[in-house]
Amino acid sequence: MEIAGIFKYLYEKLASTGLSQAWVDIISYSVAALIVFGFLAVVALFLVWWERKISAHIQQRFGPMRTGWHGWLQTIVDMLKLIQKEDITPATADRPVFYWAPIVAFVAAFMAYVTIPFGAGLIVSDLNIGILYIIAITTFTIISLLMAGWGSNNKYALLGGMRSAAQVVSYEVPMVLAILSVVLFAGSLSMVQIVESQAKIYQWYIFRLPFGPIAFIIYLIAGTAESNRTPFDLPEAEQELVAGFNVEYSGMKFAMFFFAEFVNMFTIAAIGTTLFLGGWQGPWLPSWVWFMLKTLALVFVLMWFRWTFPRLRVDQLMEFSWKFLLPVSFANLIIAGWMKYSKWFNW
Amino acid sequence: MEGETSQVIFYLLSFVIIVSAIYVVTLRNIFHSALFLILTLFGVAGIYILLHAEFLAAVQVLIYVGAISVLIIFAIMLTSQLANKEIKQSNEQVTVAIFVCAGFLMASLGSLANTVWKLTENPLPEDNTLTIGRLLMNEFVLPFEVVSVVLLAALIGAVVLARKEGA
Repeated sequence: MEIAGIFKYLYEKLASTGLSQAWVDIISYSVAALIVFGFLAVVALFLVWWERKISAHIQQRFGPMRTGWHGWLQTIVDMLKLIQKEDITPATADRPVFYWAPIVAFVAAFMAYVTIPFGAGLIVSDLNIGILYIIAITTFTIISLLMAGWGSNNKYALLGGMRSAAQVVSYEVPMVLAILSVVLFAGSLSMVQIVESQAKIYQWYIFRLPFGPIAFIIYLIAGTAESNRTPFDLPEAEQELVAGFNVEYSGMKFAMFFFAEFVNMFTIAAIGTTLFLGGWQGPWLPSWVWFMLKTLALVFVLMWFRWTFPRLRVDQLMEFSWKFLLPVSFANLIIAGWMKYSKWFNW
Repeated sequence: MEGETSQVIFYLLSFVIIVSAIYVVTLRNIFHSALFLILTLFGVAGIYILLHAEFLAAVQVLIYVGAISVLIIFAIMLTSQLANKEIKQSNEQVTVAIFVCAGFLMASLGSLANTVWKLTENPLPEDNTLTIGRLLMNEFVLPFEVVSVVLLAALIGAVVLARKEGA
């Protein structure tokens, strides 16, 4: 069942009440923001549980089993515990910076969902700069990491924050180049138009040989690095840095960082689905089900990476980005441009 | 957007921009100044959106917030003996600086007042990213390429400076 129709019906009901357009816009965007927020909260809770189950099964354990069926209530209980925890601010912390860092992380993670199409017609706002908007707004994540690292006034937090920012900045370049090759082919930055340009399965950008699969792999690697997950989890390398940038945070502020982290992972998977896997397109099932299935499959791949690969060293991490991924993605972009120009494979 | 709403938003944004810009130059803690600089630049991106220049707004956030501010914060973090220090904000050249700033202000006000702004009644192009791309690749291709060469020169210069002697 398509749910876009329900929202359209509600919007028309609202528009016909005689309110001015400004109020209709304000109300409908606020409702959309609340719905997306509720959805992401559920997604984050589910992903935390799922990650624990997957890691457990990869390591031949069961993971949480006691609370609810196979422990599905575990993250909800954990969240309740975190809310009750004392909110500690270190005595030497830079108070305003320490206070605002989790909020910036939280809002930045959340803002990306303005232009993610969850299904046919299920998008908060189809900006004509869609994907560029997401790339721009997620840079605030870097700022929040640096704020947390600096504000905590703790050497581990500072080192974690700096490592994290350096890593995100260097992997952003190949990631944007991989995205650019798709944008080049679709001829649009709008997320809806990118999805609509891959109506048939052989039109999905992952299947457009030879540039598609390469761009997808680069995107996936860079996405793993951007969300600070193993094998690129140096910013929170437990053995060296305790927990990295969030070591001084407790209670609800820690929960906000945690939430932002899992939402960012879901964002990476959702953008990957939209750009490379045909977004909501698929037969039989409703569009939003297809979107969720593909996105969760990508999330599973990211989790699989995390629990089966060892961590890289800092120098390996930087060398891999600048000396391998960057030249490959440039070459790939040139190939994509040539393919587009020569109308070769122009399905 | 309706005229009144956009005017309210314009004043709100301008307020945020001006207040945070004042904080950038007056705050004693240089890290806080950098954060307010980010807020200022983000506010300017908001003004761009109000002017229907979405592409410019996204690029503004991407480059100024994502790259330049991060660079500034890195420089602050990597400078030793800077943490939590109250830094003196003026030196003995304060009078000279006032004259230079006043001159710059006069020059920019003068050029603002003398420019004839091209106003058009036509609706804006629906996809102005496309228009910007076309213009960059046709009419303004030479300045565009010159800017890339300047950036390349800066990149090579940075590599040369960063390289260890004899390595």
